Parts: sequence; C-alpha cells; structure tokens
Amino acid sequence: MTILLGAYVFMLAGFLGFQIIAKVPALLHTPLMAFTNAISGISLVASLHAAGATGYSLTARILGCVAVICATINVVGGFLITDRMLKMFRRKPGAKP
Amino acid sequence: MNALLAFQHEAGEVRFDHIAYLVASFLFLLGLRGLTHPDTARRGTMFAALGMLVAVVGTIWPRPGMSYEYIAVGLAVGTVIGIPMGLKIPMTKMPERIALSHSFGGLAVALVGVVEYLMDKTQGDKFHMGATGFEVMLGALTFTGSIMAFGKLQGILPGKPSTFPFQNFITVGALIVAVAAVVYMIFVPTAGVIFYGMFGLALLLGVLLVLPIGGADMPVVICLLNSYAGLAAAASGFVFDNNVLIICGALDGGSGFILAMLMSKAMNRSFANVLFGAFGSDAVAASAGPAKSTAAVNEATVEEAAEVLKSSSSVIIVPGYGMAVAQAQHAVRDLANLLEKNGARVRYAIHPVAGRMPGHMNVLLAEANVPYDQLFDLDQINDDFANTDSVLVVGANDVVNPAAKNSPGSPIFGMPVFNCDQAKAVFVLKRSMNPGFAGIENELFVHPKTMMVFGDAKQTLTKMTGALKEGH
Repeated sequence: MTILLGAYVFMLAGFLGFQIIAKVPALLHTPLMAFTNAISGISLVASLHAAGATGYSLTARILGCVAVICATINVVGGFLITDRMLKMFRRKPGAKP
Repeated sequence: MNALLAFQHEAGEVRFDHIAYLVASFLFLLGLRGLTHPDTARRGTMFAALGMLVAVVGTIWPRPGMSYEYIAVGLAVGTVIGIPMGLKIPMTKMPERIALSHSFGGLAVALVGVVEYLMDKTQGDKFHMGATGFEVMLGALTFTGSIMAFGKLQGILPGKPSTFPFQNFITVGALIVAVAAVVYMIFVPTAGVIFYGMFGLALLLGVLLVLPIGGADMPVVICLLNSYAGLAAAASGFVFDNNVLIICGALDGGSGFILAMLMSKAMNRSFANVLFGAFGSDAVAASAGPAKSTAAVNEATVEEAAEVLKSSSSVIIVPGYGMAVAQAQHAVRDLANLLEKNGARVRYAIHPVAGRMPGHMNVLLAEANVPYDQLFDLDQINDDFANTDSVLVVGANDVVNPAAKNSPGSPIFGMPVFNCDQAKAVFVLKRSMNPGFAGIENELFVHPKTMMVFGDAKQTLTKMTGALKEGH
C-alpha cells in the first residue's frame, strides 16, 4: 500500500506541476530552471540521512557526505542565483501593472 | 527530544520530520506558483527557500542513531562552494551554470542510491531494489551527461555533434542493457557486480547520449537532463518512502519535460530527431540542399545603418546566441535607449530557442535593464514585422532564416522563424559570412532589404550609438 501511495503522490504532484509550469511565461524560463534545480536539491534530505546514520559503514557515510556537498551546492547556489536573476526583471518605469 | 515532538495516532506514529516535509511540500508548490508572474516570482523563491530550510531542519533534528560530523562537513563545504556559484557566475554563463548544477544533482542522487544499496542489500524488498536501481541509473547518466553538456557549452569539447559508426545502435543497446541490469537486480539483489556494472554503464550512457548533440540543440538537452535529475530524485523518494522527495522530483521532472517539449516544438523537430539525429553534423549535405546563393551581399557601414535607424519610428531587435558570446546586451540597451529618446518604438523579439537554454535572452536583456514589457515572444510579435521600419538582428541566425518557410529541402524547414524579411529594412550584425551551426545558408543575409554590418556585435553597437549621438 505504501508503494501505491507513493505512486499517487507522484501522479498528483506531476499533474499539478504540469498545470502550474505551463503557466510560467517564456520570460522566466531560465529562472524556472534554476528554481526547479534548487528545489530538486531536496535530495539533500536523503543525503543527510546517509551522512548522519551512525549505523552505516564509513564508506557509506563518506559517500553520503559527498552527496550532501553536491546537494547543498545546488540548494544554496540555486536559490541565490534564482533570486539574483529575478531581481533584474522589471517593467518600464511608470508603466501600469 | 523526538519523543516529545512525536505524537501517537492510531494508524501509527507521526514524526516531527514528516510534518516538516508536509510543510515544505506546500511551500515548494506555493513557490512554484509564484513563478507564473514576474511580480510574484521573488516572493515564490523565498517561500521555496523557507520550505527547504524547514525540510533540512526537520531531517537533522536530534534523534537517536544520528551524529553530525559528516553532516556538518557536507553542509559547510557545500555552502562555501554554493555561494560563489550563486552570486559570482556571470549571466552570460547561465547555460553552463545550469548544466553543472544538473551534474551535481545527478551525482548526489546516484551516491545516495549506492549508499542505500551498500547498507540494505539483503533486506530490501523487490520494489525498493528496483527504485534504487533506477535512482542510480538516472542519477549517473544525468551526472556524466550534464558534464558533457557543460563541456560543449564551455567550449572544452567540440560543439559540433561527434558521431561514430553504429552510434545510435550502441547507445540504445547500452540503455537496454542498463535497464535489464536493473530488472535483474530486482530478482537477484545480492549481485553486486551487476549493480556496480550498471552504475558504470549508466555513467557511460550519459556520455553517449550527449555526444551526438550539437551546440544549438543544447536547449532541449539541458531541459531533458533537468527532467532526468528530477526523475532520479523522485526515484529516491520511492526508496526512502519520502513524499517530499517524490513531489519535488515530479515537479522538477515535469518542468524539464515541458520545457524540452516547448523547445523541440520551436524547432519543429521531434525528441527522437534531437537526440539521435546528430543535427548539424551533415553540414555538407545540408548546404548542398538549397542552391548556393550567388547573390551579392549588401554591406553597410555603421554610419549608413545609424542614418536609417535614426529615421525609423519603429525598430525590432532580434537577439541570438551571438549577443551572449559578444556580451553585447548592455550595448544593445544603450542603442535602444537612444532610439527611444529619438521617438522610435523599440521592441525585442525573442525566439524560444534563441541562445543555449530556454529564456537565455530574456535574462541577459533583463540584466542590461531592458524592461520586460519590451520583450515579446514569437507569437506576440511576428505579425508586426510587416509594419516595422527597421529590424536589427544581433547574433541570431537560424531563427531569422526564411529558408524555414520557403525551402522544403532545408534541414530547418518548418521551424517557426521571425518574418524579418517583411520589415522595410533589416540590419544583420555578424562577425563574418560564416554560416550558423548547421552550415545552413541564410537567405536573409542576401535579401535585397538586408544590409550586413560586419564586426564584433558589441563594438558595432557602440559605434552605432556614437554615430547616432553625433547626428543629433
């Protein structure tokens, strides 16, 4: 049943994602990629488990540590660069919204 | 500590970290929705970053069986590398930056999969074994594929497609063997040799998949790698029974897939053609298609061009990858400002595949302070070329090639392109007459209305601005 629950979550999230992402204007497609890249750094959660588990072998924890580094780069760098890009988008001064 | 925060439910324990993941998932969705409009996008990013913080805190919250030395090292090193990657990389290098981050994402997921296999190989059930296998496979091929894409974008590797005999046969064969190995692992999870063999094969597969793809097809490839990275993360969510991983993976995978579809559509090509067509390697055959033009090229000096632009009341600027290479976005904006002061209406026409990734041109122009209400998509502006005085093509090639409309024999026939030839005058800023990536002759360059202004785009634009100023 847990397997199927996961499949439900995947299906619903995928469907919702399609609906939302289809509405993102072409203007923001590069920030969108940077953004999804940052949130896919959520794999950090799994990496942290591997790096922190005292019951795991040394090899496993070191691999986990490398995974934490990679995922953290994406999270930190991804959110910073998304915001840096979005900050630049402005409309003509005085133009109505 | 955890015992205090956890509370019992008759269906089972609800843990603090699980609540954190639920909150994080909501914040990610809220953040993504913010990106549907430039006004709400920054706030959306804040929500998502907050969601990430909640998820991380929930994960590392003290509980039995956890120690922090490797966690601390990982988070510290990752942050130290991540900050300059976020703040220092120039906007013109954005495609390279994104490709690199896909490779980090792929590697992280693949390594986690290997750890899971190392620690759980005997007790894992069939489903979790299968999910681990796909997680490692997708993660590994995203890792090497993205490094290949990075190398091609950065110019370390040749941008032209690299082909060898039986290439597609070998690539598809490797893919089938890798999938078969994953299936085998489901039934014989103890077969470590097969598992690591599959890991190695997936690394090779990433290289093979990107090798035959040319520079101008990079937008599609970057989007697909984005999608694979997302699917790999979703697979790890199935391994861990962790919904926030599944949700983020689905969002990332879906986003990459949608963008890849949009890019393919904008080139009038299928996925299969982009992935296996080695587009651009058959340059000789391609240029032999449409009759080699012997028409004379009209060359204009900067002053002549400035003279025409001065008397234009409407100007459309068409930027392309050349603008990024020459870093000419600020020079474009300076010229546009002057033309506007002169009373002209200036707009920018952005083709979906202009540049090396979706939205590449928009970001560069935004960096140069061009207001985004002057940026127009293909569909929004293409009918307006007919009543436009001057078109300025800055480093764009295939997206303005009339052969896409007129020459059924051309490799890009059917691709939607800008109707530059309908405007009263066209100026093409180009380094030389060398054809674009695919070696396709561009009829626009020899069109009677077209005047070529040769030279570095940035210098040419600066000179034009100077000439216009003098004329005042």
